[in-house]
Amino acid sequence: MLARLTLAMGAALLLALPQAHAQLSIEITGAGAQRIPIAIVPFAGEAALGSAISGIVRADLERSGLFRGLEVPPLIPHPTEASPVNYAEWRSRLADALVIGSVATRPDGRFEVRFRLFDTVKQTALGGIAYTLSREQARATAHRIADFVYEKLTGERGVFSTRIAYVVKRGNRYELQIADADGVGAETALASFEPIISPAWSPDGRRLAYVSFENKKPVVYVHSLADGKRHVAANFKGSNSAPAWSPDGSRLAVSLSREGGSQIFLINPDGSSLRRLTSSTAIDTEPRYSPDGRWIYFTSDRGGSPQVYRMSASGGGEPQRVTFEGSYNVSPRLSPDGKTLAFITRNAGRFQVALLDLANRQVQILTDSDRDESPSFAPNGRMILLATVIGERGVLSAVSSDGRVKQRLSATAGDVREPAWGPFIE
Amino acid sequence: MRVTLIATLTAAAALLAACETTPPAEQSPAGVEERGAGKPGAARSVEQKPIASVDLTGARKDAASVLKDPNNILSKRSIYYELDKFDVKDEYRGMVEAHAKYLRENPGSKVLIQGNTDERGSREYNVGLGQRRSDGVKKMLILLGAKENQIESVSLGEEKPQAEGQQEEAWSKNRRSDILYAGEY
Repeated sequence: MLARLTLAMGAALLLALPQAHAQLSIEITGAGAQRIPIAIVPFAGEAALGSAISGIVRADLERSGLFRGLEVPPLIPHPTEASPVNYAEWRSRLADALVIGSVATRPDGRFEVRFRLFDTVKQTALGGIAYTLSREQARATAHRIADFVYEKLTGERGVFSTRIAYVVKRGNRYELQIADADGVGAETALASFEPIISPAWSPDGRRLAYVSFENKKPVVYVHSLADGKRHVAANFKGSNSAPAWSPDGSRLAVSLSREGGSQIFLINPDGSSLRRLTSSTAIDTEPRYSPDGRWIYFTSDRGGSPQVYRMSASGGGEPQRVTFEGSYNVSPRLSPDGKTLAFITRNAGRFQVALLDLANRQVQILTDSDRDESPSFAPNGRMILLATVIGERGVLSAVSSDGRVKQRLSATAGDVREPAWGPFIE
Repeated sequence: MRVTLIATLTAAAALLAACETTPPAEQSPAGVEERGAGKPGAARSVEQKPIASVDLTGARKDAASVLKDPNNILSKRSIYYELDKFDVKDEYRGMVEAHAKYLRENPGSKVLIQGNTDERGSREYNVGLGQRRSDGVKKMLILLGAKENQIESVSLGEEKPQAEGQQEEAWSKNRRSDILYAGEY
């Protein structure tokens, strides 16, 4: 369906694509306890853009589980961001916040979008932005507006402008796809008849490292999204797998079997400067850097069952065991603030996402599904994207780190798996 | 060269349990040689002597047919495992021994061993578990005389199941190691 093998993809990704290209649809299956009621007035003149900016902003905010979009009746005259605000009227509609904006067509054929955000309780303006854009940038612009609103009202950065990577398997075809965080605008970065697993975003969001089986064995590649250029980062004798970027993007941690078993090594993304980090007779894999770059968390069965351990990222010292409950704890992922660890735990035969508070050692199971895999934090730490299986089909699901908000993203056809949430886009 | 070839063929023949159609020998007395031709003044004598032709392409074909002959144990390539087990079960020992013998007698041949797991659990940890299986086969082949440089053990984790399904019936087919010879992958 989207057989468009990407040229100039980085640029294309920032552009909005028509709704027809949507590959993933989102269903919200849970919401936060307290949602901010917000009125987003349809932007004056937004029909000219062919894409309702206000609708995308509202959908973004509602999807976070932290907002409730209010129905706004037709207003005459239609207000713009410059109109005086009747706070009392919006309070009577139970709105705590209000977004008003407009779209104007410029003489050069481009568009100008302006909006303002108001706190109707405090009766103050919280600011606004003007953007100039082409028609194709409408969705990206709407996501930026949603990010602005989200940050002003919650105090944390929004992730609506970020992207997600995942693998779709359809028949014997595997596609590494990249979509907006809302699942819309999927583009195929790589199509193959052999499996692709473990996509990992470089910290600058320009490249993906992943494992491809196109050579009948696992090989780690680094793939530049803007121009589709890819090169081998690790293709030693044996298996090459589980890439993870250091926070500064200068190193990759990988699991290699070149010296027997599966052991963790560091390597430069261009394949130079290989250095062995673990030396055990166990399986050591799934390395992940802590956000401060000091630690590498990883999965190891050195104690007899697979558990999460951590070691100094510079090597040396005995790795410390991190998970203790249960006999199967794998796929460690640090939250962006480094305070919690998401992982997959086997719980009475069910594989579920668990969250460990690294300070007080409390473990919370976040999901109620059976076959969860590959958790991935949103860059603001609020949501965790994961792969699971529903009705024999692989789907993506997201759960808030407090377990309250749940979403499901399913493709129109095929199995979706191996999600990776990309970094903030500057 | 010829000694090796004969050894190969003998070994192959020995391994063929019920070989009905042994491929024709690679030798054929078809050559014609003219000696003394072009020597000025000398009497031209025409002699025909049988030439022993060595056909290596034929030999390779023989090797391949040995590996693919369904009656030959060398055509058996898959080792299946119990849940969470990585050792080669006794029932596959003869098969691994035959492959070790073949590798020993054909030092130029190489194999790729792909370890596989069932679909449960982490994909990457399963790559590790599949590697443990293929490493086990590799070690056994080396103990039986094959050379390290003839063997690469890798893992496909849970990515290439032989059988689809979420029951033990499918899972037991997917916990396996496959032996592939160069040219087969």
